[in-house]
Amino acid sequence: MMDKPWSNRAWFFVIPVLVVVLFSSLLPMMTVVNYSVQDTMGQNHFFWNGAAWFQNLLDPTTDIGGRFASALVRNLIFSFVVLMIELPLGIAVAICIPRHGWKVGATLVLIALPLLIPWTVVGTIWEIFARQDIGLLGAALNGIGVHYNDTQDPTSAWATIVMMDVWHWTGMIALLSYAGLKAIPDAFYQAARIDGASRWSVFRNIELPKLQKVLVIAVLLRFMESFMIYTEPSVVTGGGPGEATSFLSLDLVKIALGQVDLGNAAAMSIVYYLITLTICWIFFTIMTQLDQRKGA
Amino acid sequence: MRIQGRSIGISAYLIVLFLPIYWLLNMSFKTNAEITSRLSFWPQHVTFRNYAHIFFDPVWRGGFIHSLSYVCLNTVISVTVALPAAYAFSRYRFIGDKHLFFWLLSNLMAPAAVFAMPFFNLYYSVGLFDTIWAVALAHCLFNVPLAVWILEGFISGIPREIDETASLDGYAFPRFFVKIFLPLIANGIGVAAFFCFMFSWVEQLLASTLTTIHAKPIASVMTQVYSAAGMDWGLLSAAGVLTMIPGAVVIWFVRNHIAKGFALGRV
Amino acid sequence: MANVTLDHVAHAYPGAPGAAPTYALKPIDHMWRNGRAYALLGPSGCGKTTLLNIISGLVIPSEGRLLFDDRDVTRLSTEKRNIAQVFQFPVIYDTMTVAENLAFPLKNRGMDRASIERRVGEIADLLDLRPVLKRRARGLTADAKQKISLGRGLVRADVSAVLFDEPLTVIDPALKWELRSKLKAVHQALDMLMIYVTHDQVEALTFADEVVVMKDGEVLQIGTPADLFERPAHSFVGYFIGSPGMNFLPASLAGGRAVVGEAAFDLGAQYDAPAAGKRVELGFRPDYATLLPAGGLPVRVLRIEDLGRRRLARLGMGAHEVVATLPPDVDLAPGDAGGLHVPREHLHVFVDDLRIEGRSA
Repeated sequence: MMDKPWSNRAWFFVIPVLVVVLFSSLLPMMTVVNYSVQDTMGQNHFFWNGAAWFQNLLDPTTDIGGRFASALVRNLIFSFVVLMIELPLGIAVAICIPRHGWKVGATLVLIALPLLIPWTVVGTIWEIFARQDIGLLGAALNGIGVHYNDTQDPTSAWATIVMMDVWHWTGMIALLSYAGLKAIPDAFYQAARIDGASRWSVFRNIELPKLQKVLVIAVLLRFMESFMIYTEPSVVTGGGPGEATSFLSLDLVKIALGQVDLGNAAAMSIVYYLITLTICWIFFTIMTQLDQRKGA
Repeated sequence: MRIQGRSIGISAYLIVLFLPIYWLLNMSFKTNAEITSRLSFWPQHVTFRNYAHIFFDPVWRGGFIHSLSYVCLNTVISVTVALPAAYAFSRYRFIGDKHLFFWLLSNLMAPAAVFAMPFFNLYYSVGLFDTIWAVALAHCLFNVPLAVWILEGFISGIPREIDETASLDGYAFPRFFVKIFLPLIANGIGVAAFFCFMFSWVEQLLASTLTTIHAKPIASVMTQVYSAAGMDWGLLSAAGVLTMIPGAVVIWFVRNHIAKGFALGRV
Repeated sequence: MANVTLDHVAHAYPGAPGAAPTYALKPIDHMWRNGRAYALLGPSGCGKTTLLNIISGLVIPSEGRLLFDDRDVTRLSTEKRNIAQVFQFPVIYDTMTVAENLAFPLKNRGMDRASIERRVGEIADLLDLRPVLKRRARGLTADAKQKISLGRGLVRADVSAVLFDEPLTVIDPALKWELRSKLKAVHQALDMLMIYVTHDQVEALTFADEVVVMKDGEVLQIGTPADLFERPAHSFVGYFIGSPGMNFLPASLAGGRAVVGEAAFDLGAQYDAPAAGKRVELGFRPDYATLLPAGGLPVRVLRIEDLGRRRLARLGMGAHEVVATLPPDVDLAPGDAGGLHVPREHLHVFVDDLRIEGRSA
């Protein structure tokens, strides 16, 4: 890593990416920034509004600020909950994946399948699955006496969204962990057997430390994805009942495209983006440090 | 004993994983009358009417074609553009490289919802709105950084001595890149293409925001089922089943690289 | 601590139905005695790793029995065999300190803390690991890590055998020598059965009391380093051991002489003429063949190789090439004629690759 040659001509290689990203990221972002500091009287007349939108947004006592704060808290809880379930489950699944023979390919394909289903369809699948009249899950739960109604009852709605996310994304953590596990040479397992280590000890002292790097990637990807979740809950619950499952993206789209409240939406976009950026930066730092430690 | 425990574990997981999909399949072969009248674990009167409807209705067919078109277009753009950049990041140090790399990655983490409105304005003003180009370019937002990241991982796994040997052997850079380097990272390109395909195929918020009629993706077509006469659950299920097929086909092709691929060349 | 007995052990991977099985390891009968050091030597693919894996329990042989003393362990799992193994690359537990690494096998077997501490201390002293005991194992150099894996193997005083699978592969050449002599010292101090797999003859010859030379799944010879050098049982052993390897010349036997082209070597012993169609070769080591300006058998000098410590001469002898030692005081140049001298006790006759003894005249 350290001995890469210094060459500013390498910038030429990066130009195509810059052009594309300029068009697909920077320009739109500028529009957002632009809206976030202006107000409109309609008819495309804009005037300078300073930081008023931001002041509003970050003050939880205002209407929009309260909405934003509660959506943020809701979203953080959601991300935390799904990670706490998906991470151990994904690792457990990865350990159970067969290592040899035709079963490997088949198992991997099946595990990966939910990842390639369009997110609206994931929503649709669970919308149908969870309904208490025509859905297997809803009918079964009510059949055994559990009160479950994901369109009326906030707890049911949350449970559905969490289950859906676990169903949708655990496969990714499992595949990542599986790749990490496969990279561990057999000698480590052999040595552990010779040393008389228990299965738990093998996991704790060999597998988990070796998985560290892929798990950081997994946590990063899963955290970000769950922090930006939009499509699936918008299909299943539409953010309801009430505001129970209204996460940041859902709220933002409601404000931006539903109410066309450009100033508030833009300010919210920027704060939202900055939060993801900060968290992303923390992960990035951890990752580069792990890289360096491994290289040392 | 241990092996058996694992088999039971993985089987249980796969069964639970397939319950919702089984239910969708089950519904797709039922008539709406049967769906709403009672629950049954398999269709009492198997019908293909739902699938036939999708195959013969130009709106549904068009939805599939639009989706696949912008997905493929986006995959080609993303990988082509990302390749040289990934090479640069992997092989050289240059002014601002670390910041640039992080900034690129940060786009991967940008909430699509943030960009929905500005994209709409931007593409509307340049006349790309409601074309497959609008969606293909919009998806570059996260797919280009992703492709750069994946390819950088794979390229870094190739010893730099190969580059140097080739240049000593008198290969000009473009020829080296195409003749020697690309075949070496063919796996990486495959993995990057797979992920671009995947994320462009599953993303719906931008795709449906940036289109109305002429480039409407399949997912937007599906939402129409809601507004039409009541709920056409059978048709919705059949469409859902069909949207799983391209993904399944793509996974089947990469099944042998899938684990390594998901680790983005970073294990 | 045990004797390891290989009772007709062989391993074959099942071939296609009907076809003969292909042997990865052909049948062996042998006993490895406690307290001695053995090396399994051979080129890659010779079956030495398969043999090691059979002993460690990773592979169950398709034929024969494996005994530790009188106990049949053929089908016993690795953890029940009570062996230790050092692998090609260091296997250490990243998250633990060096001391914890060393204590790990004892802790898993429920030994009390005081005994663990005492034993870890002993092993650390033996391997010079005392100064780093409290350090994390992750940050150490490859040779220190390899010492830790070795220490984990030695820490249990009661192991039946310590197996080494090319343990010096990833070690810096400068440190190889040091680690090798450490191994030798450890062996002398601990009186354990050690089995060492390698493809490097220097490692095998310096480490082992006895060397098992293998090729194509077959044991060609088991003997002390001196045996292998002085009396190779198989032409491959002659060729593989020693640097450069043994000279081989196609010959025909006539009474007490071996005739190679126009030259005749006096063997000093009587050999029966082998059956027709058998391939007869005369072998002698370059180390015992001397090139002098005159006398002996007539040869011409093709090339002189100066190895610093000694000089080797590549010689033309009729249609054949041989290598001999050029004594320091002899001055010959390529193109010159000279005489080849080989003492008769260093001449060996191989029939179809197997060495045969003559009868003294």
